[in-house]
Amino acid sequence: MKDSRNEIWVFGDYRNYFQNRVTLQLLSRATELAKDLKASVCAVVFGHDVDEWVNEYIAHGADRVLVIDHPDLKCYKIETYVNLMIRLLGEQRPEVLLVGATNFGRDFAPRVAKRLKTGLSADCIDLNINEEGLLVQTAPSFGGNILAQIITPKYKPQMATVRPGTFQEIPHDYERTGEIIRIPMPTDLPRERVNLIRSERSPQRIQRIEDAKVVICGGRGMGSKKKFKKLTELGKLMNAEIGATRPVVYANWIEPEALIGQAGKHIQPKVLFAFGISGAIQHTAAINNAEFIIAINKNPNAPMMAMADIAIVADANQVCLAMIKELKIRIRG
Amino acid sequence: MTTMLKLVTCIKQVPMVSELPWDPRTGRLKRNLAGGMINPACRHALEAALILKNTHGAEITVITMGADIAEEVLREALAMGADRGILVSDPKMAGADTLATSLVLSKAIKKACADFDLILCGCHTSDSETAQVGPQMIEELDIPGVTYADQLDLNGRLLSLQRLSDNFIETLEMELPGLVTITTQKQAPRYVPLAGLQDAFSQTDIDRLSLADLDLDSELAGAKGSPTKILKVYSPTATKDNTVLKGSARKIAQQLFDQFDDKIGGAIGKDIKNYQERP
Repeated sequence: MKDSRNEIWVFGDYRNYFQNRVTLQLLSRATELAKDLKASVCAVVFGHDVDEWVNEYIAHGADRVLVIDHPDLKCYKIETYVNLMIRLLGEQRPEVLLVGATNFGRDFAPRVAKRLKTGLSADCIDLNINEEGLLVQTAPSFGGNILAQIITPKYKPQMATVRPGTFQEIPHDYERTGEIIRIPMPTDLPRERVNLIRSERSPQRIQRIEDAKVVICGGRGMGSKKKFKKLTELGKLMNAEIGATRPVVYANWIEPEALIGQAGKHIQPKVLFAFGISGAIQHTAAINNAEFIIAINKNPNAPMMAMADIAIVADANQVCLAMIKELKIRIRG
Repeated sequence: MTTMLKLVTCIKQVPMVSELPWDPRTGRLKRNLAGGMINPACRHALEAALILKNTHGAEITVITMGADIAEEVLREALAMGADRGILVSDPKMAGADTLATSLVLSKAIKKACADFDLILCGCHTSDSETAQVGPQMIEELDIPGVTYADQLDLNGRLLSLQRLSDNFIETLEMELPGLVTITTQKQAPRYVPLAGLQDAFSQTDIDRLSLADLDLDSELAGAKGSPTKILKVYSPTATKDNTVLKGSARKIAQQLFDQFDDKIGGAIGKDIKNYQERP
């Protein structure tokens, strides 16, 4: 066996708040996995002026942070980042590398895996260590109707991507200490063949559904686009964000950004309303962390109803209208 | 002097049901469309290729890896305007994960269209949704590549791309040859013309490539060439001891807010207790 470092690595994807959170969530899970492996947790950060993130990652569970800080790394560059990661992995050979399934992560992780000819599973909803010390990656598979437990038995690192919101971050502890290893920027990297000409923050949607305390999700059972729009009115009364299932997005009842599911956003609200949603695993995989679920469906046997804390057997649209009416009476002022 | 632009589009046949092509009036699945279809994002990639063909002139080769039945999606692509269809098929390719798939597709492109200018792929498939094959082909072929592109403009050999990446609107540039994965955000794909479809199914030949044609060690293809192994598959079941509410919508709404006023009111940050007497 090759000598490998008994470490779990987490790619530090800090580009905005959104990515920042997924890295913290992965650090949290990595800390749990590290106990089973008797390993330590290491975050890897590429960028410029990134000390803020380095400290943040230590406060959230990293035992060690590898940093390459250089003006050339001011913006994410795919080829450069892949090359840097390949070098570090080659030198240090960790057991596991976890990457957030952001747009960048979903580009970055497959390339790293390909370069090393190792395995990579996408959108894991759970990660565990088995008795052989292998990373068991639970991922939706075969159209998402079933879950698969996947391992990469012969290659290192064992790699997985995880969507934001899948795991809960642990609270920060700024007293925590960790080792910071600063690595000089190599001077012999190949020239980046993809050039970033312009990058600006998208003005869309400041309040993010991933952080919302209350989410209203609607499915095809709402009946029509017009009826679906009523959820927005209900949402305003409840300070809720509106999400949707895939059929609804494909039918153009709402913009694609509202997709809650395996291929969309993962949410963790305190209260989730599921209106007219049958509960396909593509969708439910993204709502596992909802604390309290209220499902409204004509079909009492829909999988969504079995997941719910309150199962309302009724027409979703009718209940939506009745709730709007009732709330208008109850909310005064 | 310029030679004809050579485009390759990789497509995948995916099960219809995973896309739920339902009739908005009846709410039923369109099962008569049976079996498989071109993965939606792949269809967008093909549309991007067809637009380049219209504006710059190009020859489009469509490649799919799959069983014999996947020939259908190649013929559909031909009907939409692609020029050549290649089915990469071999029993030894079954059970491939993304690493093995990206290797086989890359080898097939090198074999069938080695002088390609641009490869267009869908950003992800609707059945497995890993979004990994495109970026892994970029690595295998060692060419510049951009994932999740919404729009592309070609000026000579310079390809300019727009995309939304993690809340950033980006403009990127790269020189051809390269690979781009396309989202489903822009440019609705064209319909398949019926006449063209008939021709594509009756007249056009589909080239076939097997593992032997690719000069590829069978150890590197299919399940054997896949570093990931599936331990088990299962259907998740989750059943809670839940409260069931039934009756008229109005009664339900009242009951819900009466019984769970603290829970819901607390989360929404509003007092929703019922202070009024009601008839």
